Amino acid sequence: MPAYQRYFGWVAGVLQGDFGYSFSGRAASGVDRSRAVVDLIGPRLNNTLFLASMTALIAVPLSLFLGITTALYRNSVYDRVVNAVTLTTIATPEFFVAYILILFLASLYQVFPSLANIDASMTMGEKIYKSALPSMTLTLVIVAHMMRMTRAAIINLLASPYIEMARLKGVTSTRVILYHALPNAWAPISTVIAFNLAYLVVGVVVVEVVFVYPGVGQLMVDAVRTRDIPVVQACALFFAGTYIMLNLIADIIGIITNPRLLHPR
Amino acid sequence: MSDPETYSAAGEVGQVRLRRTRMQRIWIDLKNAPPTALFGMTVIVIYAFTGIFAPWLAPHGQAEIFSQPYAPWGGEFLLGTDQIGRDIFSRLIYGARNTIGIALATTLISFVIGGGFGLMAAITQNWIDQVLSRFVDVLMAIPSLIFALMLLSIFGSNAWSLIFIIAVLDSTRVFRLTRAVSLNVVVMDYVEAAKLRGEKLGWIMRREILPNILPPLVAEFGLRFSFVFLSIAALSFLGVGIQPPTADWGSMVRENASLIQFAKYDLKGAMTPLVPAAAIALLTIAVNFVVDWFLHKTSGLKDEH
Amino acid sequence: MSTKDRGTKGDILLDMKDIVIDGFSDERWHEIIKGVDLTLKRGEVLGLIGESGAGKSTLGLAAMGFARPGCRLTSGEIVFDGMELRAMPEKQKQKLWGTRIAYVAQSAAAAFNPAHKLIDQTIESSIRNGAVSEKEAQADAIELYRAMQLPDPENIGFRFPHQVSGGQLQRAMTAMAMASRPDLIIFDEPTTALDVTTQVNVLAAMRDAVERFNTAAIYITHDLAVVAQMADRIKVLRYGVEMEEAETRKMLKTPENAYTKSLWSVRSIHKKPETSDDNILQIQGVDAAYGKGENVLHDVNISVPRGKTVAIVGESGSGKSTTARVVTGLLPPNKGKVLFNGEVLPAQLKDRSKDQLRRIQMIYQMADTAMNPRQTIGEIIGRPLEFYTGLKGRAQEAKVIELLQMIELDDSFLDRLPNELSGGQKQRVCIARALAANPEVIICDEVTSALDQIVQEGILQLLLKLQKDLDVSYIFITHDIATVQAISDEIVVMLEGEVVEQGLKTQIMEPPYPDYTKLLLSSVPEMDPDWLTNLLKERGEA
Repeated sequence: MPAYQRYFGWVAGVLQGDFGYSFSGRAASGVDRSRAVVDLIGPRLNNTLFLASMTALIAVPLSLFLGITTALYRNSVYDRVVNAVTLTTIATPEFFVAYILILFLASLYQVFPSLANIDASMTMGEKIYKSALPSMTLTLVIVAHMMRMTRAAIINLLASPYIEMARLKGVTSTRVILYHALPNAWAPISTVIAFNLAYLVVGVVVVEVVFVYPGVGQLMVDAVRTRDIPVVQACALFFAGTYIMLNLIADIIGIITNPRLLHPR
Repeated sequence: MSDPETYSAAGEVGQVRLRRTRMQRIWIDLKNAPPTALFGMTVIVIYAFTGIFAPWLAPHGQAEIFSQPYAPWGGEFLLGTDQIGRDIFSRLIYGARNTIGIALATTLISFVIGGGFGLMAAITQNWIDQVLSRFVDVLMAIPSLIFALMLLSIFGSNAWSLIFIIAVLDSTRVFRLTRAVSLNVVVMDYVEAAKLRGEKLGWIMRREILPNILPPLVAEFGLRFSFVFLSIAALSFLGVGIQPPTADWGSMVRENASLIQFAKYDLKGAMTPLVPAAAIALLTIAVNFVVDWFLHKTSGLKDEH
Repeated sequence: MSTKDRGTKGDILLDMKDIVIDGFSDERWHEIIKGVDLTLKRGEVLGLIGESGAGKSTLGLAAMGFARPGCRLTSGEIVFDGMELRAMPEKQKQKLWGTRIAYVAQSAAAAFNPAHKLIDQTIESSIRNGAVSEKEAQADAIELYRAMQLPDPENIGFRFPHQVSGGQLQRAMTAMAMASRPDLIIFDEPTTALDVTTQVNVLAAMRDAVERFNTAAIYITHDLAVVAQMADRIKVLRYGVEMEEAETRKMLKTPENAYTKSLWSVRSIHKKPETSDDNILQIQGVDAAYGKGENVLHDVNISVPRGKTVAIVGESGSGKSTTARVVTGLLPPNKGKVLFNGEVLPAQLKDRSKDQLRRIQMIYQMADTAMNPRQTIGEIIGRPLEFYTGLKGRAQEAKVIELLQMIELDDSFLDRLPNELSGGQKQRVCIARALAANPEVIICDEVTSALDQIVQEGILQLLLKLQKDLDVSYIFITHDIATVQAISDEIVVMLEGEVVEQGLKTQIMEPPYPDYTKLLLSSVPEMDPDWLTNLLKERGEA
């Protein structure tokens, strides 16, 4: 069959929930042990989403808080310290952060486990305990990016003439932020968040491998190494789909909060 | 000057500036550079030196196998040996050459592709621009690491496909930046003046546009380089990047990662996987520091008010 | 609302002594305001006038005890109604701002928050301390809108800023400043961004409001004629130093300081208009549009006599610049043609010969963006010489020096970069670049409007001298009637893409006028304190 026919065949299958069969296990011995891609990915999907949402729950509020406060107290000692730390984190590979955390929190002082081998039978508490280090690693990396972008967006906004006008009307600084800046900041902030949840997607892959976390990322890396194309395709579809969806939501938030579009002439 | 009776055009106050040669200006800039930038430049020079002279600096070959795997630090092997008995210190030095070399080649290619097309799109602003921009939108709709993993599974993991895949994926960002900064320059009156004079497109690109978009592009080169460098390190760490026996910092972290479990018994040994990881981090931080300073200098911005 | 004791007219409301303000640039602090005194009585309007960089906005904001980021109030005393503002904590100043001292910004379009309705922003300060309810404040705001002669005052406040025009926004901003009946309003160039015909209405509304509520005001502007309408007294600033202060009529009649006198100078040039039948350039029946949009030029006919100046006047959006783009070949017309020396010019730039291009040169409004910041002055002027005449090396340099002398600069400028020059010098270099091509027609697009008055005069004098020496024709695009008076032989008035009339300057500037020309000419502020009053009376009667 020519490539495009096979491709459309695959797309048709995907639409019906059929992602094909993994190449691995198709042994020459005659017995076909290969498994459906859906069965491989299914349970791991939950794990990855668990890790990602756990991280996002901590990272998003934390970075918004840091971003807004550093923008307000810019050029202060606080701002400089946070900036220096985040610049260093950004320039550092995820696995470096991960291993430093393992060294201190798992190996030298055994606070958390270094293997995050969670499974479905565990309770929520156990899962959270096991995923603590991977989640912490991801948080560190993402907060750095997200906080810097939030800070830039807020500073950009605070330079607007209408903010100066508000101050000259004697409006208090809290009200300037909440009433005058924030309604105009949703679009840039939601873009920042969506953009950084994409870092989350990428970060997940590396972190899962470091902590042997049974998620889609690790599955994908294994599949790439063995060139197990059906599995790679399905994983890539999952990651790309999530990423596009998040960006779409950000765009929609940006549009519906823009007063020019909310109230046409 | 305050007396309008003696007004003269030449006497109007412009910015008074002493004229200096290029070398003098560079020297003065360097002398006034902040410590972070000086630190960054020093690190970069050391790395470059190590990379270039790796074969003379390394005590052993990068693939040379000795009888003693997991040898401790000190003695014959400064940083010990790895799981199959290769000298880690030598591999670290060769790693500078391989990892930086590949990242540099990749960044250069991505700039040639992205920069060339970006400039073309900005100047023509017709269907070519439309096609290129939409194509780039599509490529950028997928996180680049995921895209790279997918392509590597199709084309196989070797140095060449790695360089090429990352270069193409990365060129999308270069394209966007080049196009954006060029668009800012293209609308300037002096470009229109050159068009009205009847100048050829090539001349306008070379003499009017390029000198003005160079500073942001040079800064971007630094940032792109660190990004590419981190991506390649990540891929190698995942085992789908630079393949053994070539020494590479990303894979070295992976190969020795298990040592970290024994930190309680042999702290130095446990540090082994962290050394190449730190080498990666140090270089990217250094590049970022230098880029920050360069951007600050060339943009003329005296920090946001 | 005006229950609080406003004091009697004549008491001192604001007393600023020996004010020094520093600004941070090039990594160090510089003095922007160097020891200026300022006093203002209740109900009095003080005009603060000066060129760009004079520090007038900085001083105006200092009257509120406010310093922009990157500035600091270094020393001096700011006493407002018995309170010292410089040392006052931010919290206490916030209580004064918006209630007792209000500010009207230069660009209302940017200074209104896009996310909130006009009326919510208007009453924000007055309901803050809870003295009035939201309902009362809204009713009062509607009254103020009515007083400001805004259309549909009941409903306009419930619109968002982007739904209202620039002139209306500026009036709404004055209403906002008035909402809490302040003792003092700072007007910071409130009409600079407006067209002249809009400016008249905004000025009238502002003056009316200030008089009605007996508010004291500081009116900041660079336009003497505008300030003459608004102010009781005028203070002239230059480089952060006071040049002169006097009562308005006295200042207009007998300015004492040499610099103050020079501010009038642009109006002292008057070219004697001449015409000729020898037309070097003719625009015939031109319709033009951008892309596939609607036509922005409709049947434009303009002729330019050899060695003379044709000024094209009109407000923003009237099609003046579009006409220039058609002449240069950047925008091929949909209909009509351009004749040069009686021959049809190809419509497209790329179809024109090098020699045709050489004969028509252009000078731009913003000299900053018209010169490549990375080329030296020598390269900038030398390039057309090399390109058109093949002049290179020593010969080129000699010719460049000759051109520099023509524009009254010397050879020390050869290897300087544009950002090392002042605004006027940059514009001169642009003129030299145009001259290097030895052109027959030069299109001047608002070439003086970004420059300070005294520099404007020098540029206009230079252009007149060059015309006499070289017999070059100018197409002079401008919105400034004073400039037109100074330099033109013939005038073309444009409105919404059509030519209203073309004729000799003396003929256009005198009655009978077509309606629009009359409106346009009468809206240009004159250096007469009674001008606005008389104009409004005249228009009221008509």
